[in-house]
Amino acid sequence: MGHYLLRRLLIALPSLLGISLILFVLLALAPGDPFGELASNPNIPPEVREALRVKFGMDDPILIRYFHWLVAMLHGDWGFSFASRIDVDQLILQRIPTTLYVIGTAQLLALIVALPVGVYAAMRPYSMFDQIASTVAFIGFSLPTFFTGLLLILIFSVNLGWLPFVYRADISASGWQWYWEYIKQAIMPIAVLGLFQAASYTRYVRSAVLDVIRLDYVTTARAKGIGERKVIIKHVVRNALIPVVTLVALQMPTVFGGAIVTEQIFRIPGIGSLLISAILANDTPVIMAVTFVFACLVVLFNLLADIIYGWLDPRISYS
Amino acid sequence: MSEPLLRVKDLTKAFPIRGGLLQRQVGSIHAVDGVDFQIDAGETLGLVGESGCGKSTTGRCVLRLIEPSSGEVTFDGKNVLALSGDEMRALRRDIQIIFQDPYASLNPRMTVAAIIGEALIIHGLAKTKQQFDERIAELLEIVGLKADHMSRYPHEFSGGQRQRIGIARALAVEPKLIVCDEPVSALDVSIQAQVINLLEDLQQRFAIAYLFIAHDLSVVEHISRRVAVMYLGRIVETAPSRALYAAPKHPYTEALLSAVPIPDPKVKRQRIRLAGEVPSPANPPSGCHFHTRCPIAEARCSQEAPKLKQSADGHWVACHLR
Ligand SMILES: Nc1ncnc2c1ncn2[C@@H]1O[C@H](COP(=O)(O)OP(=O)(O)OP(=O)(O)O)[C@@H](O)[C@H]1O
Ligand SMILES: [Mg+2]
Repeated sequence: MGHYLLRRLLIALPSLLGISLILFVLLALAPGDPFGELASNPNIPPEVREALRVKFGMDDPILIRYFHWLVAMLHGDWGFSFASRIDVDQLILQRIPTTLYVIGTAQLLALIVALPVGVYAAMRPYSMFDQIASTVAFIGFSLPTFFTGLLLILIFSVNLGWLPFVYRADISASGWQWYWEYIKQAIMPIAVLGLFQAASYTRYVRSAVLDVIRLDYVTTARAKGIGERKVIIKHVVRNALIPVVTLVALQMPTVFGGAIVTEQIFRIPGIGSLLISAILANDTPVIMAVTFVFACLVVLFNLLADIIYGWLDPRISYS
Repeated sequence: MSEPLLRVKDLTKAFPIRGGLLQRQVGSIHAVDGVDFQIDAGETLGLVGESGCGKSTTGRCVLRLIEPSSGEVTFDGKNVLALSGDEMRALRRDIQIIFQDPYASLNPRMTVAAIIGEALIIHGLAKTKQQFDERIAELLEIVGLKADHMSRYPHEFSGGQRQRIGIARALAVEPKLIVCDEPVSALDVSIQAQVINLLEDLQQRFAIAYLFIAHDLSVVEHISRRVAVMYLGRIVETAPSRALYAAPKHPYTEALLSAVPIPDPKVKRQRIRLAGEVPSPANPPSGCHFHTRCPIAEARCSQEAPKLKQSADGHWVACHLR
């Protein structure tokens, strides 16, 4: 197992390098200039602008700049945000907990909904419950989060006034009040993301359970005289979970991508909205760092999927 | 005459066919259509027929792994279909099943010991860990595997070994009847014989009765004392093994037998080829189900379903003309 992990990590390194090179070149070739605004500012003479460009090495050949970036990053220096005027790594560290909190809770919600609904629907295929669950899942799966998000804001914030529609990192209340505010502002984004994921997971759980439930070893389990509940949990769900867990792990990059939109709608100060504002401000070091973090997450979750898979399924050995 | 171990009377099973937007029932598949048979303690009844004729469904209905639509199943004097859920689970100690596919019939996430031993725990047959381990080791040795195989997973075994694990699992609760649903069809010919010999040995040692399902007659010939031939949900002929092979009465049995190769090259059997396909059990022919393909059918065959009649001692056939 240790050897396998090491090998996988060694394989991951060149791909991460490749990804970072492509990202860097793309960003360097893209139009836009972080100091573009300075050009229209009459208080800043063109010489100062030029000096800034030289200081940040922006006129060097691309490959040299990439090399500088790489060496600096490996030393833990992720660059400096032109727009926020702090170090990029600090900026990301500030933003990432909020994103992880929202996404993590949403995933949890998705699984809590999808597992029982999917299993129950598959136990009685084409029953009333199954048909309703499938229809609702289909609708939920087809509605984009920017639509449901705005709809919820319209209902619960604008019309009913129950929930705030701007997510704030600096809540002014204290004590229990603080927690309550904190939870209240997260309800809508978590519900939007979580239920959207739940819809697709439900369909997946249902079909995974249907695949397993008709296998002979499930019939065998019943023939042993085991009660139906235990048959479902021990023999069906535990095997159906193998593909589901993998799917969840492999979906994580998409989930992070989707969170960008949700963060933008609810103004959540997470890493996704950081990326959007950085793009709008031509803040290249931040764009580079955030996209690279996303790339690392993709690689990480792929690895995680493999490990969980091997852990759940004795047929796979990593020797 | 003493009461048989298992008596099945007029068993039917119709599966609903669903269609349309709302998945409403639009018809039914008559998988089993009025089947009668009985099995004495310690004997083997072979159940033979082409794919899709309802053999597996019959076998599963006996254990109520599929709920029959109607009919009677009496096991050891008990009316099986009237048992409550708990009573039925208790009865599962006495009737077990072995499946065709040795790959799909063992839970891939459980060790061999867990697979074989689960029923021991359910039925309270192993009180301590030591008892449990000893019993598993004993069962593995009975079926020709090694005791130290118990901590392995199913994927580490070959098809034949897996089938032995399945047999050990069925044996664990000391059943009186095992439904063997094509237990050797998925195995290599050389291994088929080993597994059949194992089943025969076990029958001698533990006096287990088998309902032995197969799709060709050559497999059941050795192991069965009596054979029942099934066609499209009905039993068309049942006879002592030897009588059936020597003098088949039903035209369908004749056709099936003509396809069985004879080891002696000097003897040649006239191969009877049946015309057409097996009709769909969703829409079975009227009268005798076989009349559409029968070489000797007459007008009444398409109107009236023949009943099983005794034509010689223990030889029953459902045909108007034989
Ligand atoms: N769960 C089910 N739902 C609907 N139809 C079914 C179901 N199980 C079996 N059938 C149908 O019932 C008929 C009999 O099936 P069964 O499995 O009993 O046949 P079999 O004789 O065991 O065939 P084989 O030799 O292929 O195993 C087939 O037409 C099959 O399609
Ligand atoms: Mg079958």
